[in-house]
Amino acid sequence: MIEGILIGLSTALTFQNIFMVMIGCFFGTIIGMLPGLGPMTAIALMIPITYGFDPATGLILMAGVYYGAVFGGSTSSILLNAPGVPGTVATSFDGYPMAQQGKAGKALAIAAWSSFAGGTLSAIYLLFLAPSLSKVSLSFRSPDYFALMILGLTAIAAFSSKGQFLKAMMMVVLGLMLASVGQDSLSDITRFTFNNMNLTDGISFVLVVMATFAMSEALTIILKRNDPTAAAKQVSLTELGSIKINKEERGKMYKTIPRSSVIGFLIGVLPGAGATIASFLAYGMERNLVKDDEKEKFGKGSVNGLSAPETANNAACSGSFVPMLTLGIPGSGTTAVMLGALLGFGIQPGPRLYMTNPEIFWSVIMSMYIGMVILLILNLPLIPYIARILAVPKNYLIPLILFFSITGIYVMSFNNFDIYLMIGIAVVATFLRLYDFPMPPLILAFVLGGLMEENLRRSLLLSNGSWEFLWDRTLTVCILITTILIVLWHIYKTFTKRKS
Amino acid sequence: MNINTTKIISLLFFIFSAFYLYTAYQIQVFAFDENAPFNARTFPIYLGYTGLFFSGLKLILPDPDTIKVEHKNLEYKKTGILILIAIIYGATILKIGYFLTTSLFLFASYYFLGERRWFLMFLLSFPFVAAFMYLLHGVLDIYLRDPFLKMIGVMG
Repeated sequence: MIEGILIGLSTALTFQNIFMVMIGCFFGTIIGMLPGLGPMTAIALMIPITYGFDPATGLILMAGVYYGAVFGGSTSSILLNAPGVPGTVATSFDGYPMAQQGKAGKALAIAAWSSFAGGTLSAIYLLFLAPSLSKVSLSFRSPDYFALMILGLTAIAAFSSKGQFLKAMMMVVLGLMLASVGQDSLSDITRFTFNNMNLTDGISFVLVVMATFAMSEALTIILKRNDPTAAAKQVSLTELGSIKINKEERGKMYKTIPRSSVIGFLIGVLPGAGATIASFLAYGMERNLVKDDEKEKFGKGSVNGLSAPETANNAACSGSFVPMLTLGIPGSGTTAVMLGALLGFGIQPGPRLYMTNPEIFWSVIMSMYIGMVILLILNLPLIPYIARILAVPKNYLIPLILFFSITGIYVMSFNNFDIYLMIGIAVVATFLRLYDFPMPPLILAFVLGGLMEENLRRSLLLSNGSWEFLWDRTLTVCILITTILIVLWHIYKTFTKRKS
Repeated sequence: MNINTTKIISLLFFIFSAFYLYTAYQIQVFAFDENAPFNARTFPIYLGYTGLFFSGLKLILPDPDTIKVEHKNLEYKKTGILILIAIIYGATILKIGYFLTTSLFLFASYYFLGERRWFLMFLLSFPFVAAFMYLLHGVLDIYLRDPFLKMIGVMG
C-alpha cells in the first residue's frame, strides 16, 4: 500500500495535476453557486475537456470540480436559501438563519472549515479503509436500504421543533406524494399525471427545491415586509460580520466534525445513498446529541447545525468514490457521471483497479486531500466578497432570486409548464410556511421517495408480499430499532417538556 | 375543538389525501400485475392512507401552539403583483426569448417593489442578463432559445 500511496503522491503532485485541481475547484465553486447547476452538470460539462488528458489528470480535474460545486452549492444555500443540489439542503437550515442574523461571513467560514475537515478526514478513512469497506457496502440489501430510508425520514423529528411533529409528518407524506408523480420506474405506467404529458417524467428535484426554498423565501420576505415582528427577527441582511470563529464555536465544531465525518463517509460508501442522506442524517444525529439549550438553537443559526451537514456532505463525496473505484458501482448520481467518463478512458473500475492501475486509484485519493487544501485557500479569502451578495438591497435581491430560480428551471426543460408549476408550488409553500409547516421534511421525502418505493418493491417481491423482510435480517432490525428509539425519545421529551 | 387555520389546512390535507387515495386506486396496472405483491399502485395506496392518518390526527388532537398571523401587516398586493409578473414571464419566455423577457421581468419587478433609480434598474436588467446569457450560452455552452435575438441577427 505504501508503494501505491507514493505512486499516487508523485502523480498528484505534478504541476499539471495541481493546476487541474485548482481549475476544477474554482470552476466547480462558480457553477455550484448557480441554482440548478449542481456537481453533476459541472462534471458533465467537463467530460469533453478531460478526454484531452491522461485518465489520472482527467479524474483529478473532475474530483476538483465535484468538491468545488458542493462548496459553491453551500454558499448559495447560506446566502440565498437557494440550495441548488440536494446535498446542501440541510446546510441552509442553520446557515441561512445565521446569515439573516448578520453573521454571513462566519457562516461561510464555518462551512469552509467544516467542508475541509470533513473532506480531509474522509480522505484519510478512504486511504486505509477503501478495500475492506467495499465488501461491507455489498452486504446491504433492499430491506436494509428501505429501513435506512425510514430512519432518514424519522430525522424529521430532529427538524420539527416543539408541537411540529405531526406537521412535519404531513410534509413528509406530501413530499412522497409529489415524488410519486410520473412514470412508475419498473412498469412505465403513468401515475397522477392527469393526461398531462409534461408530468410524465415526474417533477424535477430542482423545481421543488427552488419553489419551496428560494422562491417561497423571496415571496415570504415581500409578504412580511411591513410586519414588525419579522423585521425585528432579521437584524440586518447587509451586515456581513466577522469571518473569525471564536473559541466557543471552535469547541462546538471539534465535537461535531469527527462524528459527522464518520457518518458522512459511511453513508457515502453505500451505493445509491450519497451526500443528501448523509447530510440529513448527520444533522438529525447532531441535534439528538447536543445539550438541550443548544438543541433549541437548531434551525435558528446553530454552529453545530451548520457544521454537521457540511462535514457530512463532503465526507460522503469522498466515501462515494469507494464503491465507484473498488466495485464499479457509483455511490451517487455524480459519481455515476464520473464512472461513465472512466469507462470512456477505457478503464474498468473494480476490485483489481488499485492493482492494475495504482496511479489512478491512489492519485485520485491523494488529489482529494490536495483539493481540500486548495478549496480552503481559494475560498477563505473570497468570503467577504462572496458574502456581499447579501448587501444587495431587497428591491434588487428578491427579483434576482426569482430570476435565478426561474432560469434554473428554464435551462433544464425549456418548458412553460414547469415555470407555472414552480410558481404554484411556491405559493402553496409560502402559505404553509406562514403557519409553521416545515419544508425540509418535504424535500427529504421527495428525494427519498423514488429510492424508498424501489427498495420496498424489491423487498416485497423477494418475500412474496410478506412484511417479514422487516425482521428477517439483523441489520434491518438494528436500523428499525434505532428508528423506533428516536421516535420514542422525542415523544418522551415532548411529554416531559409539556409537564414542566 | 378549537377551529384555527392550522386545523383548516389539516382538513384540506385530509381531503387531498382522500382524493390522492381515490386516484391511486384508479391507476391502471397490467393484467398480470393485478395480483402481484407490488405493483404501480401499491406505494401510492400506502401513502394515501398515511396522509389520511397524520392529517386526521392533527385534526383531532388539541393544538397547544396556535400560530396567529396578523394579516393586516402582510403585503398581499405587492406579492400578488410579483407572482403575476412571474406568470407573464413564464408565458412569454419561449415565444419572445430569454434576453428580452428576462430583462423586462427584472426591470418590472424592481419597479413594482418601489425602486426608482432608473440607471441602476437598467444596469441590473439588460446588461446583467446579457452577461449572464454570455456565461451560460457562450462559456458553458448551454443552449438558450431566443427567437427575438435570432430575429435581429445577434444569435445564430
